[in-house]
Amino acid sequence: MAKKKNSNKLNYIIFSIFIAFIVGSYFLNFDLGERIGSNFMIFARDMVSILPPAFVLIGLFDVWVSRESIENNFGHTSGFKKYIYAILLAATTVGGTFVAFPVANTLYHKGANYSSIFTYVTAASLVMIPMSIMEASILGVKFTAIRIGVSLPLVIISSIILGNFFSKINYKIPKAE
Amino acid sequence: MYTLYYIAGIAVLISFFTDRERTIKGLKIGWKKFSKILGTYLKLLIILSIILLISDQFIINYLGGQAPFIGMIMGLIIGSITMMPGFIAYPLAGILVSRGVDYMVVAAFITTLMLVGVATYPVEKEYFGIKATIWRNIAGFVISAMIAVATGVLYGEVLV
Repeated sequence: MAKKKNSNKLNYIIFSIFIAFIVGSYFLNFDLGERIGSNFMIFARDMVSILPPAFVLIGLFDVWVSRESIENNFGHTSGFKKYIYAILLAATTVGGTFVAFPVANTLYHKGANYSSIFTYVTAASLVMIPMSIMEASILGVKFTAIRIGVSLPLVIISSIILGNFFSKINYKIPKAE
Repeated sequence: MYTLYYIAGIAVLISFFTDRERTIKGLKIGWKKFSKILGTYLKLLIILSIILLISDQFIINYLGGQAPFIGMIMGLIIGSITMMPGFIAYPLAGILVSRGVDYMVVAAFITTLMLVGVATYPVEKEYFGIKATIWRNIAGFVISAMIAVATGVLYGEVLV
């Protein structure tokens, strides 16, 4: 636990240095630094608009959704329908993998099994609705249809294989609390 | 852009009027999780800002004008290493297609971009552990390669 704290502290220090470097680059017209700075703004804007409310929702989810309902829908007792639920949840997750990782972790610790959280996280990067619409409008519906149509069965199959493997070796996912 | 803030705001209000104590407990849990991972996300921001320096021109040069299978492998590798938001990635993919790059190559690039996250490793390992992160990404790479080949076949770019 103490180690965790320290590494977080180190990250904050590194981040402060990074920000100082960006600000300095703008003052000194250092081109490379300015380009890194504008890239930083792209991702930072994304994270600011997504992460804080996402964690509010994750917290509420944690207190309101019962363990039984997750076990029944995403756990061992749920049959094939858990993959359908995982994909539907993924398609509507706002914010992509940045949000899907903590959500998957919370689901797991509420009783979802490996194969459903793997399906969920993998599908979250593949079938997000807004992204797919953008893709279809630029690359064509056929492209998106092939991508999603081919990937979903593969995602489920690979999640089942990985899920079995991780239950067999008795793997434990870290608790992010 | 702030849609999620509205959704979270409404959810908090509803929750608060239903059960005040439970809501406070939930917000505390959310905050605890958030503050614990924040440093890792900040580190990720630095990594991503530097990776995005790989310019569009570089990607266009490397993916264009290659033999299809070489292009596909390049697409798989570049897509795995880089990470970019959709509003940059898709227009770039559009440029690639308009320059005559095979759909198979574009599929390899776009799919690994989404599925394989070498750059997001620091965050993913906090939530899944090292072993699961590595295996999940390997699976993502294999799936991406299969999708790329399927795209090539269905677009008639490679013969089976």
